[in-house]
Amino acid sequence: MSFLAVSKVSKSFGGPPIVDAVDLSVERGAFFALLGPSGCGKTTLLRMIAGFETPDSGTITIDGQVMNAVPPNLRPTNMVFQSYAIFPHLNVFDNIAYGLRKLRLPGDELRRRVEAMLATVRLEGLGGRGADQLSGGQRQRVALARALVREPKVLLLDEPLGALDKRLRETMQIELRAIQRKVGITFLLVTHDQEEALSLSDRVAVMSGGKILQVAFPRELYERPNCREVADFIGEINFFHATVKEMTDGGVTVNAGLLGIVTLPSANVAPGIAPGDHILLAIRPEHIRVGSQGVAGEIVTATFLGERSHFHVKIAGRTEPVAVSGQPPSGNAVTLVFPPEKLIAVPAGD
Amino acid sequence: MKNRTLLIYACFYLAFLYLPVLVLPLFSFNNSAFIAFPLNGFTTRWYAALADSALQNALVNSLKVGIATALLSTLLGLLAAKAVTHYRLKGRNAALGLISLPLFIPDIVLGISLLLLVGTIGLPLSLAAVVLGHLLICVPFSLAVLIARFEGFDCNLEEASADLGEDGWMTFWRVTFPLMLPGIVASLLLTFITSFDEFLVAYFLSGTQATLPVYIWSQLRFPARLPMVLALGTIILAVSVVLVVLAEKLRNQGVKKPMVGA
Repeated sequence: MSFLAVSKVSKSFGGPPIVDAVDLSVERGAFFALLGPSGCGKTTLLRMIAGFETPDSGTITIDGQVMNAVPPNLRPTNMVFQSYAIFPHLNVFDNIAYGLRKLRLPGDELRRRVEAMLATVRLEGLGGRGADQLSGGQRQRVALARALVREPKVLLLDEPLGALDKRLRETMQIELRAIQRKVGITFLLVTHDQEEALSLSDRVAVMSGGKILQVAFPRELYERPNCREVADFIGEINFFHATVKEMTDGGVTVNAGLLGIVTLPSANVAPGIAPGDHILLAIRPEHIRVGSQGVAGEIVTATFLGERSHFHVKIAGRTEPVAVSGQPPSGNAVTLVFPPEKLIAVPAGD
Repeated sequence: MKNRTLLIYACFYLAFLYLPVLVLPLFSFNNSAFIAFPLNGFTTRWYAALADSALQNALVNSLKVGIATALLSTLLGLLAAKAVTHYRLKGRNAALGLISLPLFIPDIVLGISLLLLVGTIGLPLSLAAVVLGHLLICVPFSLAVLIARFEGFDCNLEEASADLGEDGWMTFWRVTFPLMLPGIVASLLLTFITSFDEFLVAYFLSGTQATLPVYIWSQLRFPARLPMVLALGTIILAVSVVLVVLAEKLRNQGVKKPMVGA
């Protein structure tokens, strides 16, 4: 039984479903990311877990307890809001101590716990600061400390780094990961930033149109997307139309048009594909090699990026140029090699 | 040249606005029962004459009505402002319009219709009736002040409080109320002053319990009492100005916008 279980949860606000029969299971102590474009329903799902929205159907269970009828103030969850929602009339110390009132701790015990939390988020000595005297990064840390100090069973983070600039975001990513390891609390992060999801979390669920498309380890998600949308959303990728000819234990043979007849390992084929299906073959730019035997093309644009270059190659019979990452040859003519073990087959989705 | 013309215009404008008001304190210190120039020398005897039991009675009545009206209309305004700004309501604009409408109904019409209504439902003419009448006039003021305050209020703050374990009531006391406090005080001051100064509705509904403006009106029939009324008016004017300035100061003390980003 998973620690946080979402089962067949749906929610609509009068129109089409925003969250559509979603199933999700998160292990205790995991750092789990919900990744998806804005409007995909990920924040609504998070708010249902926090108790701010009520599911139309389905159940939400935390540590074996059904949460549906439990109001937010009694749930074992705490949330880091996208806007941080720092109480503007309280200083840093009182913001962090806000959720400890119910525990009726003696004064020095309260002080000790808040100070310890201040140290965890590296805000030592700033307890007396007013909420309006904090930088964006500091506000983020206060919001995190205020939620963590209550030692929730699940910490919910709604685009926690979205409001920070790029450099600060990278620093905070490393810290967030370190803090999660230290406190050992289950983190559920919502983000539209695929890099953030892949680098921070143990498991990632990709969401689109209110549904979960794939739940996987970050590497698996990148290397073995199970559908076109996931492949497209996680990093850059090239698609080629193809038709499945036959499927054997040794591999799957497809007719890939421009790429000819290729046989790829069965592990590279998304579930649900049958012989005769129209599919898409996908390949990452860095997996395409420049060689002597393969598909001939012409470089149309090239961007130098230091140790490698990014270039686009126009090949006959295809309107969209192929994105390639690597060392381009001198001159514009190039022959591209598509290693079959790097090709991924996903349903065409038509 | 142009600037000079504008300056002269501004001076005339201010004189037009405030000279009539300044006549009040000027003659209240004039040592003569007749309100006419030339002035007759300085005196404070009109202020001494204010120690009059009927007047003090009227003052107490006005304070009672003003305080009751301020508390009730601010409470109602607070609830309405929260509903209007925090929830997507059907008929939101219609409700706002209906609440504000009494502002645009002539007070004399309002006064007469209230008089008829109070008579019809058998409520005695009393200070309580005056308070009910004043609520009609004061709730729109309170609503306007509090809506402006609520609009700068991040709804996530109340959710954060719930998330941190507080129920609705404690969230109100620990988050909403302290953040709304300047708006609440501004609303209390404005509605108090509005009620305290109001004459027509009070005139129709107060019966035998005159409020201060009604008492002043009754005194104007006696020419000898006029300088004393001027002295009283001067005091009310001074207190009103202080309260309004205070209310405006508090109202403008906005919720500090949270800084997002680095």
